[in-house]
Amino acid sequence: MIEAASPSASELFTLTDRGLYCEAGDFYIDPWRGVPKALITHAHGDHARWGSEQYLASDQSKPVLERRLGPKSEISSLPYGETLVINGVKVSFHPAGHVLGSSQIRIEKQGQVCVVSGDYKLDPDRTCENFEVVRCHTFVSESTFGLPIYHWPDQQDVFDDMNRWWRENAEEQRPSVIFAYGFGKAQRVLSGLDPEIGPIYCHGAVEKINAAYRECEIDLPPTEYAGRADDKKDWSRAMIIAPPSAQTTTWLRKFGNYASAFASGWMTVRGQRRRRNIERGFVLSDHADWPGLLNAIEQTRAERVYVTHGYKRALVHWLNNHGYQAAELDTMYEGEQDDDRTGDSEEETTES
Amino acid sequence: MEQFCHLFRRLDETTRTSQKLEAMRDYFLEAPAPDAAWAVYVLSGRRLKRLVKHGDLRRWSAELAELPDWLFEECYHTVGDLAETIALVLGSGEQESVSGTLTEWFEERILPLGSMKEEGQRLLLQQAWSELGSWSRFVYNKLITGGLRIGVSQRSVIKALSLAYDLEPNVISHRMMGTWEPTPEFFNQLISPDAGETALSQPYPFCLAHALNDPPETLGSLDDWHAEWKWDGIRAQILRRGEEFFLWSRGEELLNERFPELDDDILDLPEGTVIDGEVLGWKDGRVLPFGDLQKRINRKKVGPKIMKDVPIRFIAFDLLEFKGEDIRQQPFAERRSQLEKILATDEESRLMLSPEVIGNDWDELAEERSRSRDLAVEGLMLKKKSAPYEVGRVTGTWWKWKIEPYTIDAVLIYAQAGHGRRASLYTDYTFALWQGDTLVPFAKAYSGLTDAEIRRVDRFIRNNTLERFGPVRSVKAELVFELGFENIQRSTRHKSGVAVRFPRIHRWREDKKPEDADRLGHLLAMMPSEVETITAAEEQG
Repeated sequence: MIEAASPSASELFTLTDRGLYCEAGDFYIDPWRGVPKALITHAHGDHARWGSEQYLASDQSKPVLERRLGPKSEISSLPYGETLVINGVKVSFHPAGHVLGSSQIRIEKQGQVCVVSGDYKLDPDRTCENFEVVRCHTFVSESTFGLPIYHWPDQQDVFDDMNRWWRENAEEQRPSVIFAYGFGKAQRVLSGLDPEIGPIYCHGAVEKINAAYRECEIDLPPTEYAGRADDKKDWSRAMIIAPPSAQTTTWLRKFGNYASAFASGWMTVRGQRRRRNIERGFVLSDHADWPGLLNAIEQTRAERVYVTHGYKRALVHWLNNHGYQAAELDTMYEGEQDDDRTGDSEEETTES
Repeated sequence: MEQFCHLFRRLDETTRTSQKLEAMRDYFLEAPAPDAAWAVYVLSGRRLKRLVKHGDLRRWSAELAELPDWLFEECYHTVGDLAETIALVLGSGEQESVSGTLTEWFEERILPLGSMKEEGQRLLLQQAWSELGSWSRFVYNKLITGGLRIGVSQRSVIKALSLAYDLEPNVISHRMMGTWEPTPEFFNQLISPDAGETALSQPYPFCLAHALNDPPETLGSLDDWHAEWKWDGIRAQILRRGEEFFLWSRGEELLNERFPELDDDILDLPEGTVIDGEVLGWKDGRVLPFGDLQKRINRKKVGPKIMKDVPIRFIAFDLLEFKGEDIRQQPFAERRSQLEKILATDEESRLMLSPEVIGNDWDELAEERSRSRDLAVEGLMLKKKSAPYEVGRVTGTWWKWKIEPYTIDAVLIYAQAGHGRRASLYTDYTFALWQGDTLVPFAKAYSGLTDAEIRRVDRFIRNNTLERFGPVRSVKAELVFELGFENIQRSTRHKSGVAVRFPRIHRWREDKKPEDADRLGHLLAMMPSEVETITAAEEQG
């Protein structure tokens, strides 16, 4: 049983102060400091950090990565499933179902397979490729919602609730504001909205990412930039999608007596919603719930599981009691935060 | 049960009072009487005696969810609410529809738990949990554990019933008094048409005073004015009509059951009497600090201990109805002398006349007023002897001549966004005073700044946030404000060891640096050492 925080020598990677490092291939996966070669699971700020010399990601990750890392970054990409050999290590990207372009990175050397899953979910999502099971010996899993209180409801029910809420507000001439992470969650929310109800506006941080989605031919309803703080429109039937960090900004004032909601897995717990001073919570997560985590881990047939960001301790303890060799891995990934930090510096952009 | 679960969801999904009222109104109109009675019972905060040990609830739900105890505890720790934890760990379940009425659920699946042995309880609970979806399971658990915490109270239930059945809230309030069982008969009686009860239970609108900001000499001759202490208690009206009596607060909350020791004295009043006055904590011939009275108000049940610790009096200062006749148009002086006659009959009574404060001229009265703090009163009330009892906040006939508030310079250390219109502005502040090198929080205050100032402070907070705790931000200790407050009392609940009453921001001391703010010791030194006794002579006025 491995309880140490660092993988044993037999693994294909080690944990360094810059991140997960594959010595045989001489590359890093989602490093949190600048490195010569970085393989990126997905373009959220806590996984794709600025400052590396070369980046490699999935094709569909590229448009967002480019927007976030700047035009000068050297970003190459691979289609899902295609293998590239780096210094004798086979590398391929497989859909993780988390957000557009999100990947599990499979690395293989001498018959040993390790999969680093970044963030993932098993539920279907119209805005990205769905999770693919990749068999491996070692699986690196997140644990953002790694407690058995998290069981996601059917996503269509959540969208129906969302549209009903919007319609009721519109009938009362009240704008609806849904707070959702700007990259991923916001677009998933958009994909579930019924544009017949009223116009849809987005905060600048969201609208910027929408463009990248449309570039990848992801079908989103028509949206419009909600403008700066002093832009005024008729908001009475509007749906406004804004990142959580906007919740306490002055930008919101222009919407007047708006109804507020938050779309997140955290909304499972009533107290989370109340602490945020939000009227409605829609339980919609881009991470795996408890059954999802266990299911994914089981299907990989992995013997060894390393657990990163989230309820690490609980999940590791559970796995070790259920026949796995599991250990915590102290990474600097943040996943979905339960306050308005997002691990995603882009979203701190204020519009006032 | 399904209907009630739906109501519970509507209540949970909004923070707006009006929507909560609508949800309850709809329920009370639609639900059958037996269910509505149960809903009134639980929503108004009444609780069944404990039916199941919480430890057992935890064990049996963990067992059903096939979770080890350590993992269940981990979940409970994260959720912070047992009913909700149990509902969540058992997953969403197959379907959300629930069969059976709320009454059937109480009679078959809730109340029987109380008389069952452990094994029976376990089977019943696990069976129910398996049948229910996550939300109805949560509601079921809440009904078992009590303490709904869904943002409704007896008051809002009364309001919703009054909306649903077009009855005066006062009538419903009165009908809900005392002990009752949640039966259909009870509910039908609760919503039955008004049988003259409005006339019996209706208080008069209270007359309120303006603050006197000009020198009292501007009021003219002292001979035209009656002076008495401005008490710091709960303004209330006693109604003694027919066979009934009512003690109404200014917020039209029925207080009869909060102050049962007044019952006999009120019943001794002649029928057809309405008195305006103030309920005060009163011990050994003097007023108790308001905080003591507050302890009593906050209790759901008034037990013998709190009645002994915080004895009360009703200080009467006006007579509005006499022998069943509305006498509000009579001059104050006449009403007052009639009041004196009514109260003179019983020296043991807890109903006591508010003593007149005498001075030969305004200066002498000002001298009396300066004793206010020692007497634990807020200053003087000046009432025009020739004036009728008017409605609402009046100008020219009633004045509150309050003593100057206490003031202190404090440092802003925490901020929280406001609500509603101010949800995107940091308007709720916590202030601290120095103790050694640390700042000890001692008061929260909301108002007193102009909109322009609020915006500037808001900007400062956003740019100087040190840490965030949910909606609260700690900010760099830099801004100094002069706070005013009315009173100060020892408190074990506050880190500073004191509680101040009605703290508000007087002004932003932009001329002061944080190190110039006051020390906690300075605040403590302001506390009155001993409250003086109001002497018998004064009581007789």
